[in-house]
Amino acid sequence: MAYDKFEILKSTAVPLPIENVDTDQIIPARFLKATERKGFGDNLFRDWRYNNDDSPKEDFVLNNPKYSGKILVGGKNFGSGSSREHAAWAVYDYGFRCVISSFFADIFKGNCLNIGVLPVQVSAGFADKIFAAIEADPNTEIEVNLPEQKVILPSGESESFDINGYKKGNMLNGFDDIDYLTSMKEEIKAFEAKSPL
Amino acid sequence: MSKTLFDKVWDSHVVRHVEDGPDVLLIDRHMVHEVTSPVAFLGIKNRGIGVMYPNKTFATADHNTPTINQHLPVQDPLSANQLAALEKNAKEHGISHWGLGHEKNGIVHVVGPEYGITQPGATIVCGDSHTSTHGAFGAIAFGIGTSEVEMVLATQCIMQPKPKKMRINVKGDLNFGVTPKDVALYIISRLTTSGATGYFVEYAGEVFENMTMEGRMTVCNLSIEMGARGGMIAPDEKTFEYIKGREHTPKGADWDKAMEYWKTLKTDPDATFDKEITFEASDIEPMITYGTNPGMGLGISKSIPTASEVQGGASTYAKSLNYMNFNEGDNMIGKPIDFVFIGSCTNGRIEDFRAFTNIVKGRKKADNVTAWLVPGSHKVEAAIKEEGLLDILTEAGFELREPGCSACLAMNDDKVPAGKYAVSTSNRNFEGRQGPGSRTLLASPLVAAAAAVTGKVTDPRELMK
Repeated sequence: MAYDKFEILKSTAVPLPIENVDTDQIIPARFLKATERKGFGDNLFRDWRYNNDDSPKEDFVLNNPKYSGKILVGGKNFGSGSSREHAAWAVYDYGFRCVISSFFADIFKGNCLNIGVLPVQVSAGFADKIFAAIEADPNTEIEVNLPEQKVILPSGESESFDINGYKKGNMLNGFDDIDYLTSMKEEIKAFEAKSPL
Repeated sequence: MSKTLFDKVWDSHVVRHVEDGPDVLLIDRHMVHEVTSPVAFLGIKNRGIGVMYPNKTFATADHNTPTINQHLPVQDPLSANQLAALEKNAKEHGISHWGLGHEKNGIVHVVGPEYGITQPGATIVCGDSHTSTHGAFGAIAFGIGTSEVEMVLATQCIMQPKPKKMRINVKGDLNFGVTPKDVALYIISRLTTSGATGYFVEYAGEVFENMTMEGRMTVCNLSIEMGARGGMIAPDEKTFEYIKGREHTPKGADWDKAMEYWKTLKTDPDATFDKEITFEASDIEPMITYGTNPGMGLGISKSIPTASEVQGGASTYAKSLNYMNFNEGDNMIGKPIDFVFIGSCTNGRIEDFRAFTNIVKGRKKADNVTAWLVPGSHKVEAAIKEEGLLDILTEAGFELREPGCSACLAMNDDKVPAGKYAVSTSNRNFEGRQGPGSRTLLASPLVAAAAAVTGKVTDPRELMK
């Protein structure tokens, strides 16, 4: 599924400074029963966000009207555990286009890139600066500049982030891997014919 | 040039290296289940393309299947819908499908090896992070997202940057009562849940050489819990003995040819790793977890560490202990428990049930414990009956359920209620993993059995004297 192009995102951000946020928290398993990709945003962080009677938990950040925006800032080791792409879908469907963390779990990071959510890994020190800026002013606008591979705070402080050239191109153009792979089917066939298994 | 086991398998599957990007990797075996595949099938349909190599994909239903009354229609309409979608998609694309009720049905990572789909030197993927299990055979096996499931269906390839390489050595002999699960939980507790992120692990040393194939599967299964994409062990005589004669393994001259290749699958003596870690087997005792990620584990005789003794932030640690309703400094031994779950792709094989049965034999299930015994497959279920384990279990007050993922992720009705404690042989103790509000203590089948008959956390070695 192709997605919208990502170039420069300027937005307020939602802070979630908890470490080791696993994909079971991002979307609990009981909400994985759909056969289509829609509506997952409603259950993003379901058990942290709602009580058993479906009333919102007031102390959870997504229920705090002070915070909103297209950027989610998470603690270290964000997205660990289950490979469920539904976690990335839920993040996207809720309205986030970018997740910033000082460290990402591998599969979650790949899933985000495959669906058009930009995972931005910054140093622990810069992540702390982002959290502090949002805490001081929830209306802080953060710029995520993909062409320049930079995260920029209103104070002018910035940090570069890594992304390989291929994935960067995909995000800038809204392409996905299947577009690429289907264009090399003949090469794959020839390779497969020689493979021992 | 000297190569590691991982290099040999990875490099031989690279169709193309993308400049400043990932490798295009050919996938030999693709397993699909009902939960992470429907959107991928929908994707290829919307693109108007088919499945490129249907004979390389295998479908089984496991994640949300009931574990009682499997002969009756599935009650939950959403689960029934997913199961029906898998059956329809498999049929439409000519993929073999071992659905609910099929004699070969079971957990994807249990049935793959049982029927010889899992082979040394293969690349194996599935939309499930515990695909790393298959690394026990010297395969490169790892979990993928649904977009990648779609890629494999459409082109038999995925695009992945080559991970870094780590070797974990465990030297010496294991202590009495220490199982492969304990070895894995020990390693994860030392590395943390992110300690191997970005790496592919090779397990080496006497402990793994001496381990059975099922034990190796348990260890490789848990690789993802320290952040690794996967883990693998070089194939040896034990591996070849295990796979020989299984339905999907090569036969006759093909077997001989395969063996020639498989025997080359070991790390060259002077090959190097990006990171190498060594542990001593004698330092490991039966393990149990006390927190809300698999890295929060300790030797069963130890007490819960203080925040200053662990890596990571104090507030995250406090949140975790608060969820478990445990305190820093608490002893684990003697903690009352409510549920015991033996099963899952981690510990749902016949050796796990043998270990469990050994301890409960001649004893009775504690009255305060609800026990769910869920075999990983019909084949495991049949072995439990044939070996006479079921009689012993029944005598001790236990019932056997039907195969599936069950309470490991509680997508079906096997949910641990809020606030209750479960000693579980599965792989994750995340908040709510076994049901909203549930509290999970991960452990080996021996520790689970000791808890099941005493109603509290008990050192299994006390019951094995």
